[in-house]
Amino acid sequence: MKLGLAIDLDTCVGCHACATACKQWNTSGAIGPLTDENPYGKDPDGAWLNRIRTFEIDASPHSKTVNMPLSCMHCEDAACVTVCPTGASYKRSEDGIVLIDQDRCMGCNLCSWACPYGARELDPGSGTMKKCTLCIDRIYDQQLPENERQPACVITCPTQSRVFGDYDDPDSDVSKLNRQRGGKQLMPELGYNPVNTYLPPRNPIQQEQGGSVLGKVKHIVNRIIKR
Amino acid sequence: MHPAFSVLIFTITSGAGYGLLGWLSANELFALWPLSIMAKITIGITAMVLISVGLSASTWHLANRKNAWRSFSGFRTSWLSREAVFAIVLYPVAAMYAAGLYFGWPYIGLWSGLCLLLCLVIVFVTSMIYASLKTIPQWHTPLVPTLYLLFAIMSGGLAWAIMLTWNGLDITNFNQSLALIVAVTASVKLGYFIWFRLPATSSIQSATGFTQHRVSLLDAGHSAPSFLNKEFMFDVEQVKLVRLRWVMFIATFVIPLSVLYWIPTSMTLLGAWLVMMAGLLIERWLFFAEARHVVRLFHGQQKV
Repeated sequence: MKLGLAIDLDTCVGCHACATACKQWNTSGAIGPLTDENPYGKDPDGAWLNRIRTFEIDASPHSKTVNMPLSCMHCEDAACVTVCPTGASYKRSEDGIVLIDQDRCMGCNLCSWACPYGARELDPGSGTMKKCTLCIDRIYDQQLPENERQPACVITCPTQSRVFGDYDDPDSDVSKLNRQRGGKQLMPELGYNPVNTYLPPRNPIQQEQGGSVLGKVKHIVNRIIKR
Repeated sequence: MHPAFSVLIFTITSGAGYGLLGWLSANELFALWPLSIMAKITIGITAMVLISVGLSASTWHLANRKNAWRSFSGFRTSWLSREAVFAIVLYPVAAMYAAGLYFGWPYIGLWSGLCLLLCLVIVFVTSMIYASLKTIPQWHTPLVPTLYLLFAIMSGGLAWAIMLTWNGLDITNFNQSLALIVAVTASVKLGYFIWFRLPATSSIQSATGFTQHRVSLLDAGHSAPSFLNKEFMFDVEQVKLVRLRWVMFIATFVIPLSVLYWIPTSMTLLGAWLVMMAGLLIERWLFFAEARHVVRLFHGQQKV
Protein backbone atom coordinates (compact mmCIF):
# COMPACT_ATOMS: atom_id res chain seq x y z
CA MET A 1 0.00 0.00 0.00
CA LYS A 2 1.30 3.42 -0.87
CA LEU A 3 -1.10 5.81 0.79
CA GLY A 4 -1.04 9.43 -0.20
CA LEU A 5 -2.97 12.43 -1.42
CA ALA A 6 -3.72 13.88 -4.82
CA ILE A 7 -4.27 17.63 -4.62
CA ASP A 8 -6.13 19.40 -7.40
CA LEU A 9 -4.56 22.78 -8.05
CA ASP A 10 -7.38 23.64 -10.43
CA THR A 11 -10.08 23.72 -7.76
CA CYS A 12 -8.24 24.69 -4.59
CA VAL A 13 -9.43 28.14 -3.55
CA GLY A 14 -6.99 28.66 -0.68
CA CYS A 15 -9.67 28.75 2.01
CA HIS A 16 -7.44 27.03 4.62
CA ALA A 17 -10.27 24.72 5.74
CA CYS A 18 -7.85 21.80 5.47
CA ALA A 19 -5.37 23.54 7.75
CA THR A 20 -8.08 24.30 10.29
CA ALA A 21 -9.49 20.77 10.19
CA CYS A 22 -6.00 19.31 10.57
CA LYS A 23 -5.29 21.52 13.55
CA GLN A 24 -8.61 20.60 15.12
CA TRP A 25 -8.13 16.87 14.62
CA ASN A 26 -4.63 17.05 16.02
CA THR A 27 -5.66 18.63 19.31
CA SER A 28 -5.60 14.97 20.31
CA GLY A 29 -4.67 11.79 18.51
CA ALA A 30 -1.44 10.23 17.37
CA ILE A 31 0.86 13.19 17.84
CA GLY A 32 -0.86 14.93 20.71
CA PRO A 33 -1.82 18.59 20.83
CA LEU A 34 -0.33 21.09 18.45
CA THR A 35 0.87 23.96 20.58
CA ASP A 36 -0.49 27.47 20.32
CA GLU A 37 1.62 30.12 22.00
CA ASN A 38 0.12 33.57 22.32
CA PRO A 39 -2.69 32.82 19.86
CA TYR A 40 -4.45 36.14 20.44
CA GLY A 41 -1.35 38.09 21.29
CA LYS A 42 1.20 40.10 19.43
CA ASP A 43 3.62 37.34 18.41
CA PRO A 44 1.69 34.14 17.93
CA ASP A 45 3.72 31.00 17.66
CA GLY A 46 3.02 27.31 17.56
CA ALA A 47 2.72 24.40 15.20
CA TRP A 48 0.28 23.68 12.43
CA LEU A 49 0.79 21.19 9.70
CA ASN A 50 -0.63 22.31 6.39
CA ARG A 51 0.76 25.36 4.64
CA ILE A 52 -1.33 26.75 1.81
CA ARG A 53 0.77 29.09 -0.28
CA THR A 54 -0.52 31.12 -3.19
CA PHE A 55 1.52 31.56 -6.33
CA GLU A 56 1.03 33.74 -9.37
CA ILE A 57 1.78 31.95 -12.62
CA ASP A 58 2.93 34.20 -15.48
CA ALA A 59 2.44 37.93 -15.43
CA SER A 60 -0.61 40.12 -15.63
CA PRO A 61 -2.89 40.16 -17.67
CA HIS A 62 -2.38 36.48 -18.45
CA SER A 63 -1.64 35.50 -14.89
CA LYS A 64 -3.23 32.65 -12.96
CA THR A 65 -3.51 32.37 -9.21
CA VAL A 66 -2.72 28.90 -7.92
CA ASN A 67 -3.19 27.87 -4.30
CA MET A 68 -0.84 25.12 -3.23
CA PRO A 69 -1.46 23.25 0.02
CA LEU A 70 1.84 21.82 1.22
CA SER A 71 2.00 19.07 3.77
CA CYS A 72 4.12 15.97 4.16
CA MET A 73 4.58 14.14 0.87
CA HIS A 74 5.31 10.78 2.57
CA CYS A 75 8.23 10.37 0.19
CA GLU A 76 9.30 6.92 -0.89
CA ASP A 77 12.95 7.84 -0.41
CA ALA A 78 12.49 10.02 2.66
CA ALA A 79 15.73 11.59 3.83
CA CYS A 80 14.01 12.73 7.03
CA VAL A 81 13.92 9.06 8.05
CA THR A 82 17.55 8.49 7.08
CA VAL A 83 19.00 11.40 9.03
CA CYS A 84 17.10 10.90 12.27
CA PRO A 85 19.63 9.89 14.95
CA THR A 86 17.16 8.58 17.52
CA GLY A 87 15.06 6.52 15.13
CA ALA A 88 12.01 8.63 15.97
CA SER A 89 11.31 9.29 12.30
CA TYR A 90 10.16 6.15 10.51
CA LYS A 91 8.30 5.07 7.38
CA ARG A 92 5.77 2.32 7.78
CA SER A 93 6.31 -0.56 5.39
CA GLU A 94 2.65 -1.59 5.27
CA ASP A 95 1.26 1.70 4.01
CA GLY A 96 4.20 4.04 3.45
CA ILE A 97 3.13 6.67 5.97
CA VAL A 98 6.05 8.59 7.51
CA LEU A 99 5.57 9.23 11.21
CA ILE A 100 7.42 10.70 14.17
CA ASP A 101 7.51 8.73 17.41
CA GLN A 102 6.89 11.45 19.99
CA ASP A 103 8.50 9.37 22.74
CA ARG A 104 11.83 9.21 20.92
CA CYS A 105 12.23 12.57 19.25
CA MET A 106 14.86 14.82 20.82
CA GLY A 107 14.04 17.92 18.82
CA CYS A 108 17.38 18.30 17.03
CA ASN A 109 15.71 19.74 13.88
CA LEU A 110 17.87 17.69 11.51
CA CYS A 111 14.81 16.12 9.84
CA SER A 112 13.39 19.56 9.10
CA TRP A 113 16.70 20.46 7.45
CA ALA A 114 16.48 17.30 5.34
CA CYS A 115 12.90 17.93 4.20
CA PRO A 116 12.71 20.06 1.04
CA TYR A 117 8.98 20.71 1.44
CA GLY A 118 8.98 22.22 4.92
CA ALA A 119 6.72 19.44 6.18
CA ARG A 120 8.21 19.16 9.64
CA GLU A 121 7.90 21.72 12.39
CA LEU A 122 9.26 21.92 15.87
CA ASP A 123 6.46 22.14 18.38
CA PRO A 124 7.62 24.74 20.92
CA GLY A 125 5.50 23.23 23.69
CA SER A 126 6.53 19.59 23.50
CA GLY A 127 10.03 20.12 22.08
CA THR A 128 9.44 17.41 19.47
CA MET A 129 8.95 17.54 15.73
CA LYS A 130 5.43 17.34 14.36
CA LYS A 131 4.20 16.59 10.85
CA CYS A 132 1.23 15.36 8.87
CA THR A 133 0.36 11.82 9.96
CA LEU A 134 -2.07 11.26 7.07
CA CYS A 135 -4.57 11.04 9.95
CA ILE A 136 -3.38 7.54 10.75
CA ASP A 137 -5.61 7.60 13.80
CA ARG A 138 -8.63 8.25 11.56
CA ILE A 139 -8.03 5.97 8.61
CA TYR A 140 -7.73 2.81 10.69
CA ASP A 141 -10.32 3.72 13.31
CA GLN A 142 -12.98 1.00 13.24
CA GLN A 143 -15.31 3.11 15.40
CA LEU A 144 -15.76 5.61 12.58
CA PRO A 145 -18.15 4.90 9.70
CA GLU A 146 -16.40 3.69 6.54
CA ASN A 147 -16.73 6.93 4.59
CA GLU A 148 -15.20 8.97 7.45
CA ARG A 149 -12.01 6.92 7.56
CA GLN A 150 -10.14 9.54 5.57
CA PRO A 151 -7.80 12.35 6.60
CA ALA A 152 -9.58 15.32 8.16
CA CYS A 153 -8.33 17.68 5.44
CA VAL A 154 -9.80 15.47 2.69
CA ILE A 155 -13.26 15.29 4.25
CA THR A 156 -13.42 18.98 5.02
CA CYS A 157 -12.34 20.42 1.67
CA PRO A 158 -15.34 22.33 0.29
CA THR A 159 -14.19 22.03 -3.33
CA GLN A 160 -13.10 18.38 -3.00
CA SER A 161 -9.61 19.29 -4.10
CA ARG A 162 -7.94 16.72 -1.88
CA VAL A 163 -8.26 13.03 -2.66
CA PHE A 164 -6.94 10.22 -0.48
CA GLY A 165 -6.09 6.75 -1.66
CA ASP A 166 -3.61 4.03 -2.43
CA TYR A 167 -1.18 4.75 -5.27
CA ASP A 168 -0.26 1.07 -5.45
CA ASP A 169 -3.82 0.26 -6.51
CA PRO A 170 -4.22 1.25 -10.17
CA ASP A 171 -8.01 1.56 -9.78
CA SER A 172 -8.01 3.91 -6.79
CA ASP A 173 -9.18 7.49 -7.18
CA VAL A 174 -5.71 8.92 -6.70
CA SER A 175 -4.14 6.62 -9.30
CA LYS A 176 -6.84 7.40 -11.83
CA LEU A 177 -6.58 11.15 -11.27
CA ASN A 178 -2.82 10.96 -11.45
CA ARG A 179 -3.03 9.26 -14.84
CA GLN A 180 -5.81 11.39 -16.30
CA ARG A 181 -4.57 14.78 -15.15
CA GLY A 182 -0.83 14.19 -15.32
CA GLY A 183 -0.10 14.63 -11.63
CA LYS A 184 3.25 16.21 -10.81
CA GLN A 185 5.75 15.60 -8.05
CA LEU A 186 7.30 18.69 -6.51
CA MET A 187 11.08 19.14 -6.80
CA PRO A 188 11.65 15.71 -8.39
CA GLU A 189 15.29 16.55 -9.14
CA LEU A 190 16.17 16.03 -5.47
CA GLY A 191 15.32 12.34 -5.75
CA TYR A 192 13.03 12.06 -2.72
CA ASN A 193 10.23 10.52 -4.82
CA PRO A 194 7.29 12.18 -3.06
CA VAL A 195 4.09 10.14 -3.05
CA ASN A 196 1.64 13.07 -3.00
CA THR A 197 0.95 14.38 -6.47
CA TYR A 198 -0.34 17.77 -7.52
CA LEU A 199 -2.84 17.84 -10.37
CA PRO A 200 -2.14 20.84 -12.59
CA PRO A 201 -4.93 23.14 -13.75
CA ARG A 202 -7.03 21.59 -16.50
CA ASN A 203 -7.01 24.43 -19.00
CA PRO A 204 -3.42 25.23 -19.82
CA ILE A 205 -2.51 28.90 -19.69
CA GLN A 206 -3.01 30.15 -23.20
CA GLN A 207 -0.61 32.45 -24.84
CA GLU A 208 -2.50 35.34 -26.36
CA GLN A 209 -2.91 34.62 -30.06
CA GLY A 210 -2.18 37.49 -32.40
CA GLY A 211 -4.93 40.06 -32.98
CA SER A 212 -5.58 38.57 -36.39
CA VAL A 213 -8.95 37.10 -37.28
CA LEU A 214 -7.35 33.82 -38.35
CA GLY A 215 -5.65 33.61 -34.97
CA LYS A 216 -8.94 34.15 -33.15
CA VAL A 217 -10.75 31.55 -35.27
CA LYS A 218 -7.99 29.04 -34.64
CA HIS A 219 -8.24 29.78 -30.94
CA ILE A 220 -11.99 29.12 -30.84
CA VAL A 221 -11.72 25.96 -32.93
CA ASN A 222 -8.94 24.67 -30.63
CA ARG A 223 -11.09 25.22 -27.57
CA ILE A 224 -14.08 23.46 -29.10
CA ILE A 225 -11.94 20.49 -30.03
CA LYS A 226 -10.47 20.32 -26.54
CA ARG A 227 -13.92 20.29 -24.93
CA MET B 1 19.64 28.97 8.02
CA HIS B 2 19.36 30.29 11.52
CA PRO B 3 22.80 29.85 13.16
CA ALA B 4 22.37 27.98 16.43
CA PHE B 5 25.06 29.39 18.73
CA SER B 6 25.48 26.09 20.54
CA VAL B 7 26.23 24.28 17.25
CA LEU B 8 28.81 26.91 16.33
CA ILE B 9 30.59 26.51 19.69
CA PHE B 10 30.38 22.74 19.34
CA THR B 11 32.05 22.50 15.93
CA ILE B 12 34.91 24.93 16.55
CA THR B 13 35.72 23.89 20.12
CA SER B 14 35.53 20.16 19.58
CA GLY B 15 37.24 20.61 16.20
CA ALA B 16 40.23 22.24 17.88
CA GLY B 17 40.16 19.55 20.58
CA TYR B 18 40.13 16.68 18.08
CA GLY B 19 42.89 18.42 16.14
CA LEU B 20 45.06 18.81 19.22
CA LEU B 21 44.49 15.20 20.25
CA GLY B 22 45.25 14.14 16.70
CA TRP B 23 48.57 15.98 16.74
CA LEU B 24 49.43 14.45 20.13
CA SER B 25 48.64 10.96 18.81
CA ALA B 26 50.57 11.55 15.58
CA ASN B 27 53.54 12.71 17.63
CA GLU B 28 53.37 9.46 19.58
CA LEU B 29 53.10 7.32 16.47
CA PHE B 30 55.85 9.01 14.45
CA ALA B 31 58.10 10.14 17.36
CA LEU B 32 58.39 13.71 16.09
CA TRP B 33 59.09 15.74 19.23
CA PRO B 34 60.40 14.65 22.62
CA LEU B 35 57.91 15.39 25.40
CA SER B 36 57.74 14.21 28.97
CA ILE B 37 54.97 11.85 29.97
CA MET B 38 53.31 14.43 32.21
CA ALA B 39 53.44 16.99 29.40
CA LYS B 40 51.69 14.56 27.04
CA ILE B 41 49.06 13.73 29.63
CA THR B 42 48.46 17.43 30.31
CA ILE B 43 48.07 18.15 26.59
CA GLY B 44 45.73 15.18 26.27
CA ILE B 45 43.59 16.43 29.14
CA THR B 46 43.47 19.91 27.59
CA ALA B 47 42.28 18.38 24.33
CA MET B 48 39.65 16.27 26.11
CA VAL B 49 38.40 19.36 27.98
CA LEU B 50 38.00 21.20 24.68
CA ILE B 51 36.21 18.19 23.19
CA SER B 52 33.92 17.78 26.19
CA VAL B 53 32.98 21.46 26.27
CA GLY B 54 32.13 21.21 22.59
CA LEU B 55 30.07 18.04 22.98
CA SER B 56 28.09 19.42 25.91
CA ALA B 57 27.47 22.60 23.90
CA SER B 58 25.97 20.48 21.14
CA THR B 59 23.22 19.27 23.46
CA TRP B 60 22.06 22.81 24.32
CA HIS B 61 20.20 23.25 21.04
CA LEU B 62 18.07 20.15 21.59
CA ALA B 63 14.46 20.98 22.29
CA ASN B 64 13.79 17.68 24.06
CA ARG B 65 17.08 16.79 25.70
CA LYS B 66 15.73 13.90 27.74
CA ASN B 67 15.72 11.72 24.62
CA ALA B 68 19.30 12.59 23.67
CA TRP B 69 20.54 9.19 24.88
CA ARG B 70 18.58 7.60 22.06
CA SER B 71 20.78 9.30 19.48
CA PHE B 72 23.09 6.28 19.30
CA SER B 73 20.45 4.08 17.75
CA GLY B 74 20.39 5.57 14.24
CA PHE B 75 23.98 4.53 13.51
CA ARG B 76 23.11 2.64 10.35
CA THR B 77 21.80 5.64 8.46
CA SER B 78 22.31 8.86 10.38
CA TRP B 79 25.58 10.81 10.37
CA LEU B 80 24.58 12.57 13.59
CA SER B 81 24.15 9.22 15.26
CA ARG B 82 27.54 8.05 13.97
CA GLU B 83 29.12 11.20 15.37
CA ALA B 84 27.57 10.55 18.77
CA VAL B 85 28.79 6.93 18.81
CA PHE B 86 32.35 7.70 17.74
CA ALA B 87 32.59 10.65 20.14
CA ILE B 88 31.70 8.39 23.05
CA VAL B 89 34.04 5.62 21.85
CA LEU B 90 36.93 8.11 21.89
CA TYR B 91 36.74 8.54 25.67
CA PRO B 92 37.82 5.01 26.68
CA VAL B 93 40.39 4.94 23.87
CA ALA B 94 41.92 8.22 25.05
CA ALA B 95 41.84 6.93 28.63
CA MET B 96 43.73 3.81 27.57
CA TYR B 97 46.28 5.98 25.76
CA ALA B 98 46.75 8.08 28.91
CA ALA B 99 47.01 4.97 31.09
CA GLY B 100 49.53 3.51 28.68
CA LEU B 101 51.63 6.65 28.97
CA TYR B 102 51.37 6.74 32.76
CA PHE B 103 52.09 3.05 33.34
CA GLY B 104 54.59 2.77 30.51
CA TRP B 105 52.87 0.11 28.40
CA PRO B 106 54.89 -1.22 25.45
CA TYR B 107 52.19 -1.11 22.73
CA ILE B 108 51.33 2.56 23.15
CA GLY B 109 51.38 2.93 19.35
CA LEU B 110 48.14 0.94 19.16
CA TRP B 111 46.21 3.32 21.41
CA SER B 112 47.67 6.49 19.95
CA GLY B 113 47.00 5.20 16.44
CA LEU B 114 43.39 4.43 17.34
CA CYS B 115 43.11 7.90 18.88
CA LEU B 116 44.40 9.56 15.72
CA LEU B 117 42.09 7.53 13.51
CA LEU B 118 39.08 8.28 15.70
CA CYS B 119 39.83 12.01 15.76
CA LEU B 120 39.92 12.16 11.97
CA VAL B 121 36.82 9.99 11.66
CA ILE B 122 34.86 12.09 14.16
CA VAL B 123 35.63 15.38 12.40
CA PHE B 124 34.74 13.83 9.04
CA VAL B 125 31.50 12.38 10.35
CA THR B 126 30.53 15.70 11.98
CA SER B 127 31.01 17.49 8.68
CA MET B 128 28.91 14.86 6.88
CA ILE B 129 25.91 15.77 9.03
CA TYR B 130 25.83 18.98 7.01
CA ALA B 131 27.33 17.83 3.72
CA SER B 132 24.89 14.94 3.29
CA LEU B 133 21.86 17.25 3.05
CA LYS B 134 20.72 17.64 -0.54
CA THR B 135 18.31 20.34 0.49
CA ILE B 136 21.07 22.84 1.26
CA PRO B 137 23.16 23.17 -1.93
CA GLN B 138 25.80 25.36 -0.24
CA TRP B 139 26.63 22.45 2.06
CA HIS B 140 26.28 19.57 -0.36
CA THR B 141 29.87 19.38 -1.57
CA PRO B 142 33.04 17.41 -0.73
CA LEU B 143 34.64 20.78 0.05
CA VAL B 144 32.75 20.88 3.34
CA PRO B 145 34.30 17.76 4.93
CA THR B 146 37.66 18.85 3.47
CA LEU B 147 37.37 22.24 5.15
CA TYR B 148 36.22 20.77 8.47
CA LEU B 149 39.24 18.45 8.53
CA LEU B 150 41.61 21.25 7.53
CA PHE B 151 40.16 23.57 10.19
CA ALA B 152 40.61 20.88 12.85
CA ILE B 153 44.20 20.20 11.74
CA MET B 154 44.93 23.93 11.58
CA SER B 155 43.40 25.04 14.89
CA GLY B 156 44.62 21.90 16.64
CA GLY B 157 48.05 22.39 15.11
CA LEU B 158 48.34 25.95 16.39
CA ALA B 159 47.30 24.79 19.87
CA TRP B 160 49.92 22.03 19.56
CA ALA B 161 52.58 24.61 18.65
CA ILE B 162 51.66 26.61 21.77
CA MET B 163 51.97 23.45 23.90
CA LEU B 164 55.39 22.70 22.38
CA THR B 165 56.72 26.19 23.15
CA TRP B 166 55.39 25.93 26.73
CA ASN B 167 57.48 22.78 27.03
CA GLY B 168 60.54 24.64 25.90
CA LEU B 169 60.91 23.06 22.45
CA ASP B 170 62.22 24.87 19.42
CA ILE B 171 59.53 24.89 16.76
CA THR B 172 61.00 27.06 14.00
CA ASN B 173 60.52 24.35 11.38
CA PHE B 174 57.07 23.46 12.64
CA ASN B 175 55.99 27.09 12.46
CA GLN B 176 56.78 27.07 8.78
CA SER B 177 54.86 23.82 8.21
CA LEU B 178 51.93 25.22 10.18
CA ALA B 179 52.05 28.41 8.11
CA LEU B 180 51.82 26.20 5.03
CA ILE B 181 48.79 24.39 6.50
CA VAL B 182 47.10 27.73 7.19
CA ALA B 183 47.85 28.86 3.63
CA VAL B 184 46.47 25.64 2.15
CA THR B 185 43.29 25.93 4.24
CA ALA B 186 42.89 29.56 3.17
CA SER B 187 43.20 28.51 -0.49
CA VAL B 188 40.58 25.78 -0.10
CA LYS B 189 38.27 28.29 1.60
CA LEU B 190 38.77 30.69 -1.31
CA GLY B 191 38.02 27.83 -3.68
CA TYR B 192 34.81 27.24 -1.73
CA PHE B 193 33.76 30.87 -2.28
CA ILE B 194 34.37 30.43 -5.99
CA TRP B 195 32.41 27.14 -6.05
CA PHE B 196 29.54 29.02 -4.33
CA ARG B 197 28.87 30.81 -7.60
CA LEU B 198 27.84 27.65 -9.46
CA PRO B 199 24.34 27.89 -10.96
CA ALA B 200 21.38 26.67 -8.94
CA THR B 201 19.69 23.35 -9.68
CA SER B 202 16.34 23.90 -7.98
CA SER B 203 14.01 26.71 -8.90
CA ILE B 204 10.55 27.88 -7.94
CA GLN B 205 9.39 26.29 -11.21
CA SER B 206 10.55 22.83 -10.20
CA ALA B 207 9.21 23.38 -6.68
CA THR B 208 5.67 24.21 -7.83
CA GLY B 209 5.54 22.00 -10.92
CA PHE B 210 4.89 24.92 -13.32
CA THR B 211 8.09 24.42 -15.23
CA GLN B 212 7.08 26.32 -18.37
CA HIS B 213 5.95 29.53 -16.70
CA ARG B 214 7.05 32.46 -14.64
CA VAL B 215 6.15 31.81 -11.03
CA SER B 216 6.13 34.18 -8.10
CA LEU B 217 4.76 34.01 -4.57
CA LEU B 218 1.55 35.93 -4.02
CA ASP B 219 0.77 34.98 -0.44
CA ALA B 220 2.64 32.83 2.06
CA GLY B 221 -0.59 31.71 3.72
CA HIS B 222 0.18 32.96 7.22
CA SER B 223 0.53 36.44 8.67
CA ALA B 224 2.87 35.56 11.53
CA PRO B 225 6.25 33.85 11.23
CA SER B 226 6.33 30.12 11.66
CA PHE B 227 9.04 27.65 12.59
CA LEU B 228 9.99 27.48 8.91
CA ASN B 229 10.44 31.25 8.71
CA LYS B 230 12.57 31.40 11.83
CA GLU B 231 14.74 28.44 10.93
CA PHE B 232 15.19 28.84 7.16
CA MET B 233 14.33 32.41 6.20
CA PHE B 234 17.21 33.83 8.22
CA ASP B 235 18.39 36.74 6.10
CA VAL B 236 21.28 39.10 6.54
CA GLU B 237 22.05 41.97 4.20
CA GLN B 238 24.60 41.06 1.56
CA VAL B 239 26.80 44.00 2.57
CA LYS B 240 27.10 42.69 6.12
CA LEU B 241 27.88 39.19 4.87
CA VAL B 242 30.69 40.40 2.65
CA ARG B 243 32.14 42.51 5.47
CA LEU B 244 32.00 39.52 7.82
CA ARG B 245 33.75 37.38 5.22
CA TRP B 246 36.64 39.84 5.18
CA VAL B 247 36.84 39.90 8.99
CA MET B 248 36.68 36.10 9.08
CA PHE B 249 39.43 35.70 6.52
CA ILE B 250 41.77 38.11 8.27
CA ALA B 251 41.15 36.67 11.73
CA THR B 252 41.29 33.01 10.73
CA PHE B 253 44.14 33.05 8.23
CA VAL B 254 45.99 36.34 7.79
CA ILE B 255 46.73 37.18 11.43
CA PRO B 256 47.82 33.63 12.49
CA LEU B 257 49.90 33.30 9.31
CA SER B 258 51.66 36.60 9.99
CA VAL B 259 52.31 35.71 13.63
CA LEU B 260 53.66 32.27 12.65
CA TYR B 261 55.94 33.74 10.03
CA TRP B 262 57.29 36.81 11.82
CA ILE B 263 56.80 36.81 15.60
CA PRO B 264 56.23 33.25 16.85
CA THR B 265 56.67 33.48 20.61
CA SER B 266 54.56 31.51 23.04
CA MET B 267 52.46 34.54 24.04
CA THR B 268 51.85 35.76 20.49
CA LEU B 269 50.99 32.23 19.36
CA LEU B 270 48.37 32.03 22.10
CA GLY B 271 46.96 35.37 20.97
CA ALA B 272 46.97 34.16 17.37
CA TRP B 273 45.11 30.99 18.40
CA LEU B 274 42.42 33.00 20.19
CA VAL B 275 42.04 35.27 17.17
CA MET B 276 41.85 32.18 14.95
CA MET B 277 39.11 30.68 17.13
CA ALA B 278 37.15 33.94 16.95
CA GLY B 279 37.62 33.90 13.18
CA LEU B 280 36.43 30.29 13.04
CA LEU B 281 33.35 31.25 15.04
CA ILE B 282 32.55 33.89 12.42
CA GLU B 283 33.28 31.35 9.67
CA ARG B 284 30.82 28.90 11.23
CA TRP B 285 28.21 31.64 11.62
CA LEU B 286 28.62 32.51 7.95
CA PHE B 287 28.41 28.82 7.04
CA PHE B 288 24.88 28.87 8.45
CA ALA B 289 23.88 32.40 7.46
CA GLU B 290 24.91 31.95 3.82
CA ALA B 291 23.13 28.60 3.50
CA ARG B 292 19.92 28.67 1.50
CA HIS B 293 17.53 25.78 2.07
CA VAL B 294 15.31 24.74 -0.88
CA VAL B 295 12.18 25.34 1.21
CA ARG B 296 12.81 29.03 0.54
CA LEU B 297 11.49 28.34 -2.96
CA PHE B 298 8.06 27.94 -1.38
CA HIS B 299 8.54 31.28 0.37
CA GLY B 300 9.11 33.08 -2.91
CA GLN B 301 12.80 32.72 -3.69
CA GLN B 302 13.30 32.12 -7.41
CA LYS B 303 16.35 29.88 -7.39
CA VAL B 304 18.34 28.00 -4.79
